[in-house]
Amino acid sequence: MNRLQQWLPRLVLAPSFFVILVFVYAFILYTGYLSFTDSRMLPSYGWVGFENYTKLFALRHWNTALVNLAIFGVLYIGICSVLGLFLAILLDQKIRGEGFIRPIYLYPMALSFIVTGTAWKWFLDPGIGIENTFHNLGWTSFHFDWIKDRNYAIYTVVIAAVWQSSGFVMAMFLAGLRGVDNEIIKAAQIDGASPARIYRKIIIPMMRPVFLSAFVVLAHLAIKAYDLVIALTGGGPGRATEVPATFMYSYTFTRNQMGVGASSAIIMMIMVFSIIIPYLYSELKSGDNR
Amino acid sequence: MTRSISQDNAVSSSRMTRALIYAVLLVFVFYYLLPLYVMVANSFKPLDEIRGGDLMALPKVWTLAPWASAWSSAQIGVEPTGLKPYFINSILIVVPAVFLSTVFGALNGYVLTKWRFKGDGIVFGMMLLSCFIPFQIVLIPAAKVLGFLGLAGTLKGLILIHFSAGIGFSTLFFRNYYAAFPTELIKAAQIDGASFFQIFRRILLPSSAPIIVVTVIWQFTNQWNDFLFGASFSGFGTTPMTVALNNLVNSSTGVKEYNVHFAGAILAALPTLLVYIVAGKYFVRGLMAGAVKG
Repeated sequence: MNRLQQWLPRLVLAPSFFVILVFVYAFILYTGYLSFTDSRMLPSYGWVGFENYTKLFALRHWNTALVNLAIFGVLYIGICSVLGLFLAILLDQKIRGEGFIRPIYLYPMALSFIVTGTAWKWFLDPGIGIENTFHNLGWTSFHFDWIKDRNYAIYTVVIAAVWQSSGFVMAMFLAGLRGVDNEIIKAAQIDGASPARIYRKIIIPMMRPVFLSAFVVLAHLAIKAYDLVIALTGGGPGRATEVPATFMYSYTFTRNQMGVGASSAIIMMIMVFSIIIPYLYSELKSGDNR
Repeated sequence: MTRSISQDNAVSSSRMTRALIYAVLLVFVFYYLLPLYVMVANSFKPLDEIRGGDLMALPKVWTLAPWASAWSSAQIGVEPTGLKPYFINSILIVVPAVFLSTVFGALNGYVLTKWRFKGDGIVFGMMLLSCFIPFQIVLIPAAKVLGFLGLAGTLKGLILIHFSAGIGFSTLFFRNYYAAFPTELIKAAQIDGASFFQIFRRILLPSSAPIIVVTVIWQFTNQWNDFLFGASFSGFGTTPMTVALNNLVNSSTGVKEYNVHFAGAILAALPTLLVYIVAGKYFVRGLMAGAVKG
């Protein structure tokens, strides 16, 4: 009985740990191994060294995907952070109806990216969407067809993604702002500092941990972005909105280049881990010191 | 962060500034509501009213036909079944997966904080890191292993995949929550002879409601909204709602029935929106209070 009590906690933990061990870590190792093989339609185990990686970085589609990820990531993280902070500061001014406004800013995060993509796909469609609306209003020269334009389509992904995520970032900043000790602010006001100055010099610098959390959350969402691109543009027009996640899927499952697909998944994982691991490490360390 | 200890940092009281603040906040209310409005308004219009008219306008003729079509007769893939069977598939996948990942998450959090053992830090670290992996990295081996287990294209297979993707977060949530729970109470109960499960059921579980709400909402939203696993591992008869909606909207054949697409999109969004409306307040509060910080 006593021995059982001693082992019970570990037994309870075991199924979850086993699932994680196999479905995450063993799978990562397997995908890593495949990225060094000549796998095409099915896994195959002929060792080819770094050939898939050299092939990958020579592919035009992969380079498009990386450029798109850079554009999307920078704009998505940048706009969400700025807009989120801006709205949080405004909502933090003793707003009547805050309880009404906040859920409206937040609800998009409950939606599937497929739903968001569907809504924005037709909303941005020049035939029936916003361009058509302005034409009906009499502004017939109004032109907005980014979603059909190879050079601008990636920006429509940014528009839809910012709509979906900025409210959540706002909530993170609002929680941060509510944690600021307002004695400091009162003292600064008594010293005659202007509101803009108080925010610039005191409050916003205190939001550094929130900026960091928001960055980590948004960056890993950006690297993983798949559903939204599929629903909004399908990776098109042409392959103009290819991102690493859509690249990995199409090379692995429809173009029968599993080795190249696996190597692209490994690159994605390295990108995510290079952001996440330092963050988790510093969080856990500061957690222990507390 | 509860409302009672929170404090806002209002700095300006000039009437002009305040009017401007309210105006800007209101503009953003419209911004966030606009796509939802477009979806709802156009889901009640006949198709020719959308094509010949204006996406922003309210319907001139109200009709429920797009909803009926999206639910029970629209062409999805090759079958004119509507979204109904896929909606049911999603429920059959998500309900057990949410239940399992919440129960095991709670037990894991309990073990990792109150029954610590040598190496538990490594176990937790591995579970934590698993929350953030890009799922593309597991797609190929998962397809192979599900096939090997005879679970390819089955509901059980999808439940297993969702469990493996969700258990890290559940464990994280409960571990952080239980870490703040006084260990002395556990010790005292142990001395009184209470067993492992008795302590969990009688002492921890009764005060776990807030974190259960956070975990259930988190898992439900993520699993209901999943597209990648559904697209990769579901088979004929187990396809979830998001994949079916995407097939409906992006099918290249026939006339584009925008009104049906919008009705379908709302149907796909409804469960998570309902959960969010009913319990969203607790979710944000709980998430901000404990889960975001390590």
